Amino acid sequence: MSTESLRIVWIYPDLLSTYGDRGNMLILARRAQRRGMPVEVLEVRSNQRLPATADIYLIGGGEDGPQALGAQRLLADGGLHRAVAQGSVVFGVCAGYQLLGTSFFAKGTRCAGLELLDFSSDRGPTRAVGELAGDVDPRLGIPALSGFENHGGRTHLGPGVSPLARVTAGVGNDGATEGAWRGKLLGTYSHGPALARNPALADLLLRWATGAHQLPPLDDTWSDRLRSERRAAVAAARA
Amino acid sequence: MPLRAKVASSVSRTAAALSRAAGRGDGSVIGGWIGLKIDPDLLAHLSAGRAIALISGTNGKTTTTRLAAAAVGVLGRVATNSFGANMPTGHTSALAKAGSTPYAVLEVDEHYLAQVLEATEPHVVALLNLSRDQLDRAKEVAMMAQLWRAALVRHADVRVVANADDPMVVWAATPPADPARGVDTPHVTWFSAGQRWHDDSWVCPECGSTIRRSAEHWWCTGCPLRRPEPHWTVEDDGVLDPTGAWHKVRLQLPGKVNIGNAATALAVAAEFGVRPVDAVSRLGAVTSVAGRYAQVDRDGRNIRLLLAKNPASWLEAFDMADEAPTLLSINARDPDGLDTSWLFDVDFAPLRGRQVLITGDRAYDLAVRLEINDVPFQHIRTFDEAVRAVPPGRLEVIANYTAFQDIRAELDRVN
Repeated sequence: MSTESLRIVWIYPDLLSTYGDRGNMLILARRAQRRGMPVEVLEVRSNQRLPATADIYLIGGGEDGPQALGAQRLLADGGLHRAVAQGSVVFGVCAGYQLLGTSFFAKGTRCAGLELLDFSSDRGPTRAVGELAGDVDPRLGIPALSGFENHGGRTHLGPGVSPLARVTAGVGNDGATEGAWRGKLLGTYSHGPALARNPALADLLLRWATGAHQLPPLDDTWSDRLRSERRAAVAAARA
Repeated sequence: MPLRAKVASSVSRTAAALSRAAGRGDGSVIGGWIGLKIDPDLLAHLSAGRAIALISGTNGKTTTTRLAAAAVGVLGRVATNSFGANMPTGHTSALAKAGSTPYAVLEVDEHYLAQVLEATEPHVVALLNLSRDQLDRAKEVAMMAQLWRAALVRHADVRVVANADDPMVVWAATPPADPARGVDTPHVTWFSAGQRWHDDSWVCPECGSTIRRSAEHWWCTGCPLRRPEPHWTVEDDGVLDPTGAWHKVRLQLPGKVNIGNAATALAVAAEFGVRPVDAVSRLGAVTSVAGRYAQVDRDGRNIRLLLAKNPASWLEAFDMADEAPTLLSINARDPDGLDTSWLFDVDFAPLRGRQVLITGDRAYDLAVRLEINDVPFQHIRTFDEAVRAVPPGRLEVIANYTAFQDIRAELDRVN
């Protein structure tokens, strides 16, 4: 950690917070606090400078206009690039995932991305709406991804990133892979409060940020029930 | 009315009556569906000769429609779709059932506003608000505002009553004039009903710049879009009309949000020439609206039903509810939207200190949310179990759309 407390920055909630994205910030803060870590949470609006010294940066989902504006502001600000160079963790969701790549489509035009990860996004033939599930890259050592997706984008991964998961239900990047990661940067189409259904992914981000190999377990009874209920719903929809 | 329309209208009424008699529903959709099959222009035929108000928006439209119908009732009989059946089939059923009336006040699903404007040629349209709702399939908020705006350009003769507090509504209600094509801007009467929810209007729909707020004012930092001076406002427990006269509003509906709905209703009625002083007392006769705010006594518990469909309306529901045991019920069926992400847009902290029970198809999503929000809760499986789990006295029930209908069915379809 960069300081004595874990610093979590939620980037541009005024622009990129369409689907309960606040949840990821609340979940990370709570899971850290439950382990006795002091936590500092900063919500940075698009008219403010982005601090370059936080441990975890969160970027959420949004409509086309706010997504394009958010990317412009982040490129002009430069704070996120400095933070990444210093080893900070970045978690991008949906529109916030797309803008980590080299380019994305918004309002019918190609927009420059942050070029932090090696992928590009364009428009798919149909909107992907519904449950999203996948088996996570075994190197990450966490159980299957469970989420909900709602996006019109398709993301094409370059050789410099690995897919977060192999899709078992839904579309994700392209119907085969979902999300992407490299180093301590990770993005997913599992939108909104993606960590609510994936507490192990939340803990992975916390471990990346703190350097801890293990974290004391928490009572995840309700998350576990939610995960198994959603797994059953996906199976029932397929049957 | 052409013969085909007469037949369609009559069959529509019969089907609605059969549906009700069979206990299959309110009959507020099926009748219109059959009528429109026989005569696709039936809604236009049924609208002819009536002075009509349309009421649309994400939240408050059912209640505002009921209040506006009561207010316009000063002038004569009013047809209205008071069961919340707010698509063209529902409008057709409502008008066919009402027979010939000089007035109609119709609640319109925001996605259908353009189509219903076309069919009914209303005298006035009220635009309440636009916020995130059922995002897995609903159009994005800015796109919805654009659709409204385009529809109003084609109907510049309609009088608009619109919410000055919602940037998306203000932008939708003020399309630019186009003298070359003979397009005027519609006449707009602005009301201010307050707005707790701001999270869908931080970006200007006109130019993409940031919108700033200070107290009730808002303005775009990049273009002239800003809050217009409202003609109708809420002050204390009453409504200030455009002449500066204040009218005390005595409602049987809870919460400040309903005083705002009353102001909107009075503004709509005023477009028909109704004086607020003549209409305001009629608003107090409205008790519950399609089960919303209904109270039922069972086993010594006074159960009150509050509908909350999206983040903006949950904030309003917490404001309306008493400090009493509260049952929350969440489904994610088709009419609710399949996505429960919005639960994290709602701060449930106002419920701390109350006994909280949770149920519904998606109770586990709610459980995870409440745990992170530090709100203790108890998960129950049935409505009866909830009633037994709380002491005698008030039980507030806050539920989203189909969960609300499920509980209403338990309570014998209370209205």
